[in-house]
Amino acid sequence: MRSWKVIFEIAKTHLFTKLKSTVTASIGVTFGIAAYITLVSFMTGLNSMLDDLMLNQVPHIHLYNEIKPSEKQPIALYNDFEDALPIIHSIKPRQGQRKIHNALPILDDLEKNEKVQGATPQLQAQIFYLSGNIELGGNLTGVDIIKESKLSNIQDYITEGSVLDLKNTENGILLGSGIAEKLSLSLGRKVLVSTARGDRFHFKVVGIYQSGIAEIDDIQSFANLKTVQRILGEAENYITDINIKLNDIARAPALASVMEKKYNVSAVDINEINAQFETGTKVRNLITYAVSITLLIVAGFGIYNIQNMLIYEKMNDIAILKAIGFSGADVQMIFLSQAAFIGISGGILGLVLGLGLSNLIDNVAFETEALPTITTYPVNYNPNNYIIGFFFALLCTFIAAYFPSKKAKNIDPVQIIRGN
Amino acid sequence: MSVILETKNINKYFGKAKPFHVLKDICMSINQGEFTSIMGKSGSGKSTLLYILSTMDTDYSGELYLQDELITGKSQPELSHIRNKKIGFIFQFHYLLPEFSVLENVMLPAKKLGLKSLEEIREEALDLLKKLNIDHLAPKKASKISGGEKQRVAVARALINEPILLIGDEPTGNLDSHNSENLFQILKTLKKEKGLSLLMVTHDEDLAKRTDRTIYLEDGEIIK
Repeated sequence: MRSWKVIFEIAKTHLFTKLKSTVTASIGVTFGIAAYITLVSFMTGLNSMLDDLMLNQVPHIHLYNEIKPSEKQPIALYNDFEDALPIIHSIKPRQGQRKIHNALPILDDLEKNEKVQGATPQLQAQIFYLSGNIELGGNLTGVDIIKESKLSNIQDYITEGSVLDLKNTENGILLGSGIAEKLSLSLGRKVLVSTARGDRFHFKVVGIYQSGIAEIDDIQSFANLKTVQRILGEAENYITDINIKLNDIARAPALASVMEKKYNVSAVDINEINAQFETGTKVRNLITYAVSITLLIVAGFGIYNIQNMLIYEKMNDIAILKAIGFSGADVQMIFLSQAAFIGISGGILGLVLGLGLSNLIDNVAFETEALPTITTYPVNYNPNNYIIGFFFALLCTFIAAYFPSKKAKNIDPVQIIRGN
Repeated sequence: MSVILETKNINKYFGKAKPFHVLKDICMSINQGEFTSIMGKSGSGKSTLLYILSTMDTDYSGELYLQDELITGKSQPELSHIRNKKIGFIFQFHYLLPEFSVLENVMLPAKKLGLKSLEEIREEALDLLKKLNIDHLAPKKASKISGGEKQRVAVARALINEPILLIGDEPTGNLDSHNSENLFQILKTLKKEKGLSLLMVTHDEDLAKRTDRTIYLEDGEIIK
């Protein structure tokens, strides 16, 4: 039978009469946890921002028609050479169009698929931006801008103008910020574009697009799908790429291979592109956790010291308690419950302080050319971090207090009483 | 008269490499309502015997019975419970918990036992303090009262669970003659009124003579 009430009462009295030690020990935990919360929130915030920067511009599944040689060359079909080893020089890519065959039925089919959140058609075209006799190579992508803005966060990267401006202007263009700067173009001005075949068209700049990645911003522009089809002289079913957003990103690899076979196109899923970013994220997380755990271990040693000192100070008390009928386990519980109090109070304070500090960081201005939509440092308020932090605080204080409390449990009262 | 405490062939050694035989074949018994004192020179093993009898020291051979129940070989939590319920302690140095009030100190063993409500325990503790004429000290901190007062508080604490045996290790050893006499009178009254069995180690020959029975120890053996 354990009389918890008395045990807590004794633990409480010890804690409050030694208020200084208690506060010191709690502050150790508080700082450890606060540092952990702040670091983790900040680091994971940065991580997801960096990942978003790259990954948001990548669809979950990308369908396109790859230009490549036929896997089965004509000679393989010729029975007379069945046993021979054919050697073919100068293999050329298979003759064919860049467009996806049956693009419109595929789009319809995708829209019906319940695993798919949405699919957007795109037409990629190689073009030149002309200014006087200067020609700058670039990409013009024809998009269904309304659909695109629903499924991707393209509007986050439009620094001037808006999605609707493009929709409402037939010859409008969202110009890459790099090109806009090079050609000294601003909103409302016109830009002359030449297709690969040499046809020239005037576009009106209705928006500036800035992805944050200079290589993209220097070449990439967007226009309405129909406009691009027209300048290329192609029909309305001429679509080179389909970007698919799924309801569950985890199914991307499986669905990609299914679609590849079903529609007879090439498909790339996000995980192939994702892999390298994940490595970076993992390493950064590792550093965060290593630093935070070090801080908590330092706090743990503080608790260990204070508990040890307390037990030496309380030798007499321990002996009396044991003499009047408290068992070793009761005495251990007294010291463990003290540690639990320090852990819980320090932990909660640490969470609050951590929240405050991350909020502070969240409000610090952070403006950078590369990230047009970010105005303050990114902070991730994931409640999981708070739960982990709190339990780690409890674990740390428990381990730090366990060994001193075990010592208290095993103190021989006879030695103390007779030793005096 | 029933036997409260009995020992059979208790032996104890100190040290491992070169064992020293402290207690040699101790056989003794204490009857209910008896005031027994143990006397002997320093190093005769009287305190060692007392702590074995108190169940706190378990490192011995032989058998110890409390109310005909074999105590030897019981687990630490069981022994703690027996001490809590059946044995009261008074030490030479007063050993109160300094951060608690006098009343809380007295109430502590009863709270641990947990048989009565907090209100009852408080009532009884105040009664005990009143009997020992120290009820005015109840709210004071244990570290703020005098030595004689502390020892009386210790007596009250030892009595709160109505033990069958009160054990004292030179309870008067650290008190002046006035307080010493006072404490002795309290113990005698308790014996008379409640039929409490008392066992105490003392140096004081006069005090020992006034108890019912005195056990003399010399070199680990009972000589009288």
